[in-house]
Amino acid sequence: MSDTTSTTAAIPATATSRRPRNRALARFARHRLALFGLCAIVALVFGCAAGPYLIAYNDLHIDIMHRFALPFSGPHILGTDQLGRDMLARLMMAGRVSLTVGFAAMLLSTVFGTLIGTIAGYFGGIVGTALMRFVDAVLCFPTIFLLLALAAFVQPTLFSITLVIAATAWMEVARVVEAQIRTLRERDFALAAEALGASDAYIMFRELIPNAIAPIVVASTLNVARAILLESYVSFLGYGIQPPTPSWGNMLNNAQEFLVSAPWLAILPGLLITLAVTGFNFLGDGLRDALDPRLDI
Amino acid sequence: MTRFLLRRLGQSLVLLWLVSVIGFAVLHLAPGGPLSQFTLTPGMTAAQLKLIAHQLGLDRPLPVQYWEWFSRMLVGNWGRSYRDSQPVLLVIGAHIWPTLELMVSSTIIAILLGTWVGVLGAIRRYSLFDYLATVGAMVALSIPTFWFGLVVIYIFSVKLGWLPAGNLYTIGNGSLLDYLHHLIAPSLVLALVTIAIWSRYMRAAMLEVINQDYVRTARAKGLPERMILIRHTIRNALLPMITIAGLQLPTLLSGALVTETVFTWPGMGRLFLDSISYRDYPVIMGVLMFTAVLVLVGNLFADVLYAVADPRIRLD
Amino acid sequence: MGAAPPAMDAENLLEVEDLAVRFHTDAGTVAALNGVSFTVRPGETLALVGESGSGKSVTSLAIMRLTPPAPGCRVTGRILFRDRQAGTHDLLALPAEQMRALRGSRIAMIFQEPMTSLNPVMTIGDQIAEAIAVHRGTDRTSALASAAELLDLVGIPEPRKRLSSYPHHLSGGMRQRVMIAIALSCDPALLIADEPTTALDVTVQAQILDLLKNLQKTTGMAVVFITHNLGVVAEIADRVMVMYAGRVVEQAATRTLFRAPLMPYTAGLLHSVPRLRIGAGARAKLEAIQGNVPDPMNLPPGCAFAPRCRHVRPGLCDTAAPTLENASPGHRVRCVRWRELAPPMAAA
Repeated sequence: MSDTTSTTAAIPATATSRRPRNRALARFARHRLALFGLCAIVALVFGCAAGPYLIAYNDLHIDIMHRFALPFSGPHILGTDQLGRDMLARLMMAGRVSLTVGFAAMLLSTVFGTLIGTIAGYFGGIVGTALMRFVDAVLCFPTIFLLLALAAFVQPTLFSITLVIAATAWMEVARVVEAQIRTLRERDFALAAEALGASDAYIMFRELIPNAIAPIVVASTLNVARAILLESYVSFLGYGIQPPTPSWGNMLNNAQEFLVSAPWLAILPGLLITLAVTGFNFLGDGLRDALDPRLDI
Repeated sequence: MTRFLLRRLGQSLVLLWLVSVIGFAVLHLAPGGPLSQFTLTPGMTAAQLKLIAHQLGLDRPLPVQYWEWFSRMLVGNWGRSYRDSQPVLLVIGAHIWPTLELMVSSTIIAILLGTWVGVLGAIRRYSLFDYLATVGAMVALSIPTFWFGLVVIYIFSVKLGWLPAGNLYTIGNGSLLDYLHHLIAPSLVLALVTIAIWSRYMRAAMLEVINQDYVRTARAKGLPERMILIRHTIRNALLPMITIAGLQLPTLLSGALVTETVFTWPGMGRLFLDSISYRDYPVIMGVLMFTAVLVLVGNLFADVLYAVADPRIRLD
Repeated sequence: MGAAPPAMDAENLLEVEDLAVRFHTDAGTVAALNGVSFTVRPGETLALVGESGSGKSVTSLAIMRLTPPAPGCRVTGRILFRDRQAGTHDLLALPAEQMRALRGSRIAMIFQEPMTSLNPVMTIGDQIAEAIAVHRGTDRTSALASAAELLDLVGIPEPRKRLSSYPHHLSGGMRQRVMIAIALSCDPALLIADEPTTALDVTVQAQILDLLKNLQKTTGMAVVFITHNLGVVAEIADRVMVMYAGRVVEQAATRTLFRAPLMPYTAGLLHSVPRLRIGAGARAKLEAIQGNVPDPMNLPPGCAFAPRCRHVRPGLCDTAAPTLENASPGHRVRCVRWRELAPPMAAA
């Protein structure tokens, strides 16, 4: 280590410098956050999957006599909505839909994005530039505008909505993967495989992608967060999951008109969306730290 | 700098063309497409539809249709709204100012707050403030904007009565103060996401600059800390933020749409939504293309601004 | 720690007493400087020589109080600065604000990397004028006028035009001249130069050294010149201080050190400089010092140089750490065997 680097490193040029212990603490805290995220996700998934079987009420049971029951006030733990349906049950059933759509959309967008990114990064040249310019062009359209336009044009089934969400979420994955594959391509192991006469497909799928798993995993986790958020947006605006299928997003749509009289109808679904998205974001951030600290912000 | 600008301009033109192709593809995804306004007319026969299709040029090969559509757009003919036959560009023009108001005011708030939080987080790295700011930013990015809007309306309008629940102004009162009063809540709600993103990027930019040799030189000159912070650190860190601001444009527009929905704000976002519910395809496509072009132009502008601000690029 | 400290008298400009710098890292505590003492007289040039990690840069940072703040870094000792204008102060005990007033005005520093040491988005003129405006309280116009004079002083052509240039318009040598101009802007009594020519071409190096020598003659300032290049030392220094593993291991007038080094490390350094030989000895091997600089967290017991020394005596050199002794007036050495080794080393 030359004396010059020690000179530069010796001066932090910050007004206050913290004990090295604080830096380690910060790293540990981030892991705590990732852990919290993981727990939140697990709790939500378990709750939404198994919960409806465990609680007394059915989400479809209409009980006009007990509509607008306040949370924490009676037998309905989280109150009831405008038709007297149990909020907790509804939230859990809606959660099933929102989480499933989010996860499925992530899978689709990750696969597609990885494919595009790998092809662009591997072949480079005209193909690569053209693909990446195409990605840039799609990114020029504000997500919600594109999402709504597409969603409005299709029949709003679970599958089609998932497809539409995936169609607006694959670009970031493609970018990340393209950058990674582009660097990996010049590494010795890839050049060796090429010299041995391996086919393009082999190199791409057996050599390069497995080595790019880290950023793909990070991008996927963050993509689930994004997909859940996008589903909530598109359902809230009325062009996503259609009632009677509940989703956190369309529950919020219905709740708007009752904001004054029954605010919990709006607050509760939003809290769960925030919890789920935060969970995946924390987890993704933690994974990014753990798998490659150089990638962090 | 001329070389840099020419290159950027060239890139933008290529992107513009690609954007138009994608737009055209989306347009043709629409069920029924341009014919849909006619299909519901009572008494419409298949033969008549075919005639209309021919008159509209819909039976020609796609590339020809694309070229006609594209060249029409270039000269400003964006079609007419199905609802009131107004030229699409005019309709967009009538709705653009509220959206711009919203975007500009929230950006100003976001830059001010975001810079402050980011700078503080960088110079007090690993402190409690920094930790809270980082976690806060991540949570803020996870909150659905419309839900946040509803919560803000509930607290500040319904419960506290401090702010109006929506609309551009109160009917009967068109004063500047009233406008501003109505602007506060939606601006703040829209600013949330931008503040979060801006503060994180600012912090990263600051941390990079703080370790540069020229900051050490400034300290060795015996300059006061405050002067070093503002003149040598923040000023240099703001440079890459110009590009970041340009990249935030799509997110800002998306957020504006959602915010306009919650606050019944008569901007482009609401226009878009209304058009969708009316199946007003010309306006839908018009707004879609308009926002994409806006993003393109905005990014180009940001790059030009950066080139002007950074003497290394400006004077070469 | 060590033998009698150098003669402290009222004529010294700088008196460093027992300077120690400790860094607290995740892996442990590193003693970058371990009890360094020396003096600098007004107008003289003292060279600090050593390999990477010897602590020479840390010394300069400690004098300027530019080391990282506690608790990451702890500086102990006393640094007396006797200035005609500012008075006598212990630099380590001064309140931060007073130190800041001295920094850049009475004590100035130039660094090794001219390419990155200037703010890329500020004009040259502004960067020089800044220091003047802060320390002298002048307005921008007069500060810029002084800046132009300084640019002329350091040999930059067309100084008035250069005021509005940006650093990326200048070459490395020119930028270093600008750095010197900045350092000289407030007429310092002491200039610390941390390897200012290491990153420059040999020809430019010579120009910068000439410049520094001339400036020193005109201004009468003292210079602490940090380098690992003995050729530069020979050209510019009145006295030399050799450092190894955070300690002073030899200190003498330049001539004396070059002619008759007393510490094996110094001798090794001198012999490892490639020399042009003609005739016999033309094909002699380059004598490098074997081994590597010790890990500061794992210093060997006894003399830190012992593992690499050609004249090491096991049992003597590796048990107790040698102290700094006065070999002759003005010549100090940290070696247990210096008396025995003097004749053979002088002859080599």
